[in-house]
Amino acid sequence: MARVVVDVMLKPEILDPQGQAVANALPRLGVTGVTSVRIGRRVEIEFEAPEGAEEGDDAVARRAREIADKLLANPVIEDYAIRWDEA
Amino acid sequence: MTAQVGVVTFPGSLDDGDAVRAVRLAGAAPVRLWHAEARLHQVDAVILPGGFSYGDYLRCGAIARFAPVMELIAMAARDGLPVLGICNGFQILCEAHLLPGALTRNQHLHFRNRDQKLRVESTSTAWTNTFGDRQELLIPVKNGEGRYVADRRTLDELEAEGRVVARYVGGNPNGSLHDIAAISNEKGNVVGMMPHPEHAVEELTGPSTDGLGFFTSLLKYLTGVPT
Repeated sequence: MARVVVDVMLKPEILDPQGQAVANALPRLGVTGVTSVRIGRRVEIEFEAPEGAEEGDDAVARRAREIADKLLANPVIEDYAIRWDEA
Repeated sequence: MTAQVGVVTFPGSLDDGDAVRAVRLAGAAPVRLWHAEARLHQVDAVILPGGFSYGDYLRCGAIARFAPVMELIAMAARDGLPVLGICNGFQILCEAHLLPGALTRNQHLHFRNRDQKLRVESTSTAWTNTFGDRQELLIPVKNGEGRYVADRRTLDELEAEGRVVARYVGGNPNGSLHDIAAISNEKGNVVGMMPHPEHAVEELTGPSTDGLGFFTSLLKYLTGVPT
C-alpha cells in the first residue's frame, strides 16, 4: 500500500474569510501576536501499490497528481502539494 | 413545436422543482434529466438548478461536474446548446470550465437570503434578450458561497467583452468582485448566475415576476435559432 497526502490551500491572493474569522477569535482566547491564519484541506489517499513499489514511485505519484489536478484542487483559486505519508 | 428544456436533478438539488415550474410558466415543456443518466433526450436547452449537489462535498459543484449527464451537457454547450446555471448550477459551470473564475465563501461568512436588486448588463445572451438595457430586477439571492472571484485578466476580459450579464445593485450580498451576479461564455449561450430567477416568476410566491424574463428570453432565442 502506498499512502500519499495532498495539501490543498487557497492561493495567497485569494481571500480566506474562514481563516480571518479564526484569527479574529484568537484575542478572545487571550492569544495575541498572530498576524495571519489560513485554512486548507488535507487529503490522504491510499493506493494499491504494485509489488516492490517504493516511496516516490512514479506511477503512484502520477496518479496522485492527476487526482489533485482534476478534482481535489480548483486551479483557479487553489494550490496543492503532494507528499508521501511517512506513517 | 414547444421548446423542450431539460432541468437536471443531482443528488442534493433543491430548486429543480421551481425551475421546472418556471419553464412551464414561460410556455416551454420541462424535461427532467437525471444526473446519472448520460442522455439529454434531444432537449433544446438545459438548466442546472440550485441546491447542494453531492452535499457540496470537496467544493461546491466539484463532484457534480463529473456526473454522466454533465459530460454530455459540457460537450453540447461548447456546440452552442443554451445552458443556464443558477446558484449551485453556476458553481458547477465554473468547475466544469464552461465559465471562467470560481465561487468562494461569502466574504462575511454568513449565508445570505434576501430579495436582491440586480441590473442587467448584457441583453445579448440566450437568457437575457427580452430585458431592457440596464433594466433593474428584483430576484431572491440565497447562498453561502456566492462570491465570484477571478484573476484581473479574466475580469478585464469579461468586462471588455460585455460578458458581465448582471450586477448587484443596492448592496453586494457576498463580496463578489465587480459586484458580479451573472456572467456568460463568449458565445452567450452559457450563463451562470447566483440569484434565483425561478423563485421570481409568480406574484404569489416571489418578490416580483422579473425572473420569468430569463426563461422567455430562451424561448425567443430558440425561435431565432435555425434547427
